[in-house]
Amino acid sequence: MRRRSKLFWPLALFFALFLLFLYGPISTIVVLSFQGEQGGLTFPMNGVSTHWFYALFQQQRVGDFKGSFLRSLGLGFIVMSIGVTFGLMVGQAYRYRFKGATLLFYLSIASLIVPNILVSLGIGVLFDRMGWPLAWYTSGLGAHLTWTLPFALLIMLAIFNRFNRSYEEAARDLGANEFVTFWEIVLPIILPSLVGVGLFGFTMSYDEFARSALVMGEFNTLPLEIYAMTTNVTSPALYALGTLTTLFSFLMIALFLVVSRRLQRRAGALTTATAATEE
Amino acid sequence: MSSLLPKETSTAGRSGTTVEAHSLLTTANVRAATVVPDRSTDAIPVPAPKSGVAAHGWRRVIPYLLATPYALVLLLFLVVPIGLIVTISFWQYSSFVMKPAFVLDNYLLVFSPVYLKTYLNTFRFAAMVWALALLIGFPVAYFLAFEVQSARMRTALFLFCTVPFLTSNIIRSISWIPFLGRQGLLNSALIGVGVVAEPLDIFLFSDVSVVLSMVHLYTLFMVAPIFNTMMRIDHSLLEAARDAGASEWGVIREVVIPLSLPGITIGTIFVIALTLGDYSTVRLMSGGQASSAGLAISNMINSLQYPPAAANAVVLLIVTLTVVGVLLRFVDIRKEL
Repeated sequence: MRRRSKLFWPLALFFALFLLFLYGPISTIVVLSFQGEQGGLTFPMNGVSTHWFYALFQQQRVGDFKGSFLRSLGLGFIVMSIGVTFGLMVGQAYRYRFKGATLLFYLSIASLIVPNILVSLGIGVLFDRMGWPLAWYTSGLGAHLTWTLPFALLIMLAIFNRFNRSYEEAARDLGANEFVTFWEIVLPIILPSLVGVGLFGFTMSYDEFARSALVMGEFNTLPLEIYAMTTNVTSPALYALGTLTTLFSFLMIALFLVVSRRLQRRAGALTTATAATEE
Repeated sequence: MSSLLPKETSTAGRSGTTVEAHSLLTTANVRAATVVPDRSTDAIPVPAPKSGVAAHGWRRVIPYLLATPYALVLLLFLVVPIGLIVTISFWQYSSFVMKPAFVLDNYLLVFSPVYLKTYLNTFRFAAMVWALALLIGFPVAYFLAFEVQSARMRTALFLFCTVPFLTSNIIRSISWIPFLGRQGLLNSALIGVGVVAEPLDIFLFSDVSVVLSMVHLYTLFMVAPIFNTMMRIDHSLLEAARDAGASEWGVIREVVIPLSLPGITIGTIFVIALTLGDYSTVRLMSGGQASSAGLAISNMINSLQYPPAAANAVVLLIVTLTVVGVLLRFVDIRKEL
């Protein structure tokens, strides 16, 4: 191993500043959400209290926080499930050759780069023209999928680009058919990465605002509720909500990471066992 | 065998590169050669199939079946809606009622001086955010890929960068308010140090806060692809350049930057597309002081002017697709994944 370059410490400092840039603002929000009852939106702290957290749970004061949270949670899990299954299927499709593969790939890239407002407006107009009512679980779901599904495809392509085909071939040589090979060999090996697809799908849906704005219908999801709050709530209750929802995101990320690590260890055991039997 | 090659190139110098390129070609050929018989054994399984023809036909439709649900979602929620927007952009509208027609009035509005100014402002934001994201993203990715030696540490640090990206954009935007406001931390610090006597208004609800917030939101889209490309760079190439007498900066300029260009291009695509289309950050962080094309569309929708909003959206879409289309000529995203 070579010794550290001259650039190490300057770059390490730069990296530390970058982390401060990423985490600094959110930390001030967390601190300010414990603002005293008389305190305002900025420093200094006027005492310390949990007043603003209690305020959140009184519906009439700051909006329907509980309902919108539950909707976002539900939608997040639906988007995640669809993302994992459809993503896995289409990722698997890309391992074969099929007509339209390139077109579908560029359509996916387009889905990620089209201006968000365009997706929201377009789906809104579609539902309006067809006479379908807007709802978070129909039009809202569709809007989220245009953002999360292409990411699922990109991750799946990256996974299969790194996938060692010899395990599969070994299974086929031993007489396993297509489905058995997939179920017994491919799936267990890629499962940890699939958890990553799930994590992306869930968190991106849970926090999605820009594409949701016009298509959620009568009931808001949490980001829409928070956005509405920014215009009419001028108390630290806004920060308290920010703290809670960020904390929730962190918990979900931690949960997914733990599950992924577990599965990775199992997949690792599987592939080393296979390698051992090969020898 | 292949693990021996890079060492060879580092001592052999210039001629070594051709050796390596040649070896890459031959491995590609070998791979291609092995793939062909491999596919035929796939199609005709070794245990004699009872219905060989049917199995063959079945195999051919599998990818189509697998891709259909995904393609249908994109068709229904992306292609059809955009088609509708294009259609409506030619419709007539008066006093909140729109009527099917084929008129260009809505487009004429887009090319009025007010909207041209809005577009110029959008480009200005995109250019500033892109430049800052690259200036921050490249050193961060470089540090992770080349300076952090332990793989474990590298993964952990990269994860640290990724986590905020998985939290709410709106919360991340408003979290700048206590920092940038009149009574915010920045002003307090400036007054404390004695740089200014009165708190400054230029930080919050201005171009500064819009750009800062977007850089905060989107820099990871630059870090991740550059990091991904850098992780594929063979470290022995850097060693070779050093052995040949290149300085640290020389190595970065001559080896790292050229080999990271695909990642930089992908990052650029994402950052530019996201900033061009942004409307929520501009509204939230400019306090009505600045505008962008996306925000103009959003305002038209709020006042129920759908056909002009649609025309504006079509123009924004064409602008975005043109920029990205040009950038895509320089990179094959599928190869870089």
